[in-house]
Amino acid sequence: MNFSNRYIVLFAAGLCLVLSSIVSTIAVNLKDIQDANKLLDKQTMVLRVAGLVEAGAQPTLEEVAVYFETIDTMVVDTNTGELSPFDPATMKIDPRKDAKAKSLSKRTEGQWAKRASIKSIAEKQLVYLIRTPGKECVVFPIYGNGLWSTLYGFFCLKPELDEVVGIIYYEQKETAGLGGEVENPRWLAQWPGKKALSPDGELLVEVVKNGKVIDPSTQVDGISGSTITSVAVTFMLEFWFSEQGYGKALNNIREAIS
Amino acid sequence: MSNTKKILVDPLHINNPITLQVLGICSALAVTTKLEIAFVMSAALTFVLVLSNVIISLLRNAIPPSIRIITQLAIIASLVIIADQVLAAFAYQASKQLSVFVGLIITNCIVMGRAEAFAMANPPGAAAIDGLGNSLGYSLILVVVAFFRELFGSGNLFGIEIMQTVNNGGWYNPNGIMVLSPGAFFIIGFIIWVQRWISPEVQEETN
Repeated sequence: MNFSNRYIVLFAAGLCLVLSSIVSTIAVNLKDIQDANKLLDKQTMVLRVAGLVEAGAQPTLEEVAVYFETIDTMVVDTNTGELSPFDPATMKIDPRKDAKAKSLSKRTEGQWAKRASIKSIAEKQLVYLIRTPGKECVVFPIYGNGLWSTLYGFFCLKPELDEVVGIIYYEQKETAGLGGEVENPRWLAQWPGKKALSPDGELLVEVVKNGKVIDPSTQVDGISGSTITSVAVTFMLEFWFSEQGYGKALNNIREAIS
Repeated sequence: MSNTKKILVDPLHINNPITLQVLGICSALAVTTKLEIAFVMSAALTFVLVLSNVIISLLRNAIPPSIRIITQLAIIASLVIIADQVLAAFAYQASKQLSVFVGLIITNCIVMGRAEAFAMANPPGAAAIDGLGNSLGYSLILVVVAFFRELFGSGNLFGIEIMQTVNNGGWYNPNGIMVLSPGAFFIIGFIIWVQRWISPEVQEETN
């Protein structure tokens, strides 16, 4: 069959137009559901690390919303250490996105930033103050690089910030079965009860190589076969609780939750 | 065997896209560490392959030969984006684990291979069956590989514990290579060997 050049150009243009309108219609219509999924997933993780929801349980959107009514989401200014309430209706803060925006982020320095491969972070971070009676705690978002990927998670501490309530990772692409075991509830179960921070804000807890735990009050046994992912957890905690991360805000947070 | 049945059944065994045409190997290595993910990936590929075959077959007389490859690619890419978006909306956990691999269906040679080899020359009905047959052939291998990799690599099937691993306080010491890509290579190689042993007619002639 012979096709004229005119036909070919029109065919190509028509095809592009039809396909792009179908794809964009679907993408735009599904965006709200997708965003809701992401938010639900993240909020569920906050509840899970704080011990309000059991591991493996998937609360519904409504259940999560009920929990979040009692949770204070606070904005931490990492430069000054100031705390202020977060209002999702008027403020647009997405630390993960803001880390890439020049006007909203700051460059990091020092060995921990280097080891955790964090080049810049958002100046304003969000922390969650959980006030459920008997289960009061503070949830800090953390992230840093492991072997292949950036690990995103939450670290939860008692109100005095001296004891670990839990740690959880909700997004990582480490080797399944090796580094991916950072999501294994059995590994995560070692964390609760470890000494977290000293009164002057020094990080006490650390992950050591598999089988090398000497002091069980501060040391967490690393994952066998994935030393890099294991020590990455220590590196990111060191970074996030340094002066560049939550360090300056720790006293304010202790006051706000008690 | 009737022609229709042949189109459907051939790709399952004697003309399997993975083990005989050796197409779609990349995703067979990447998404077979867990059965659940292999199933979701198979479903996404089935959706894309059947629809792309039908659409391209419908348009086969209107597509100018000089731009047929890019036309096929545009149609396949659109279907892949739709599959990706739908998964992110309705199967969020699975889409999180599949991450880039749904998007990479575009580069899966099976899809373009069937479009070019079959859909461009056959009516939509036959093209749909061909798409389904090839998807099933692909899925079959993916599921078999994932079965062995999840069982021996992490002691689970569908995330349910079958053999309690040492990490979880049990007896089974997981086979590390199974969770890495080379493990899939070994299993696929093994399947290819068994298949040629069962059906000697698919063996290539030696020079």
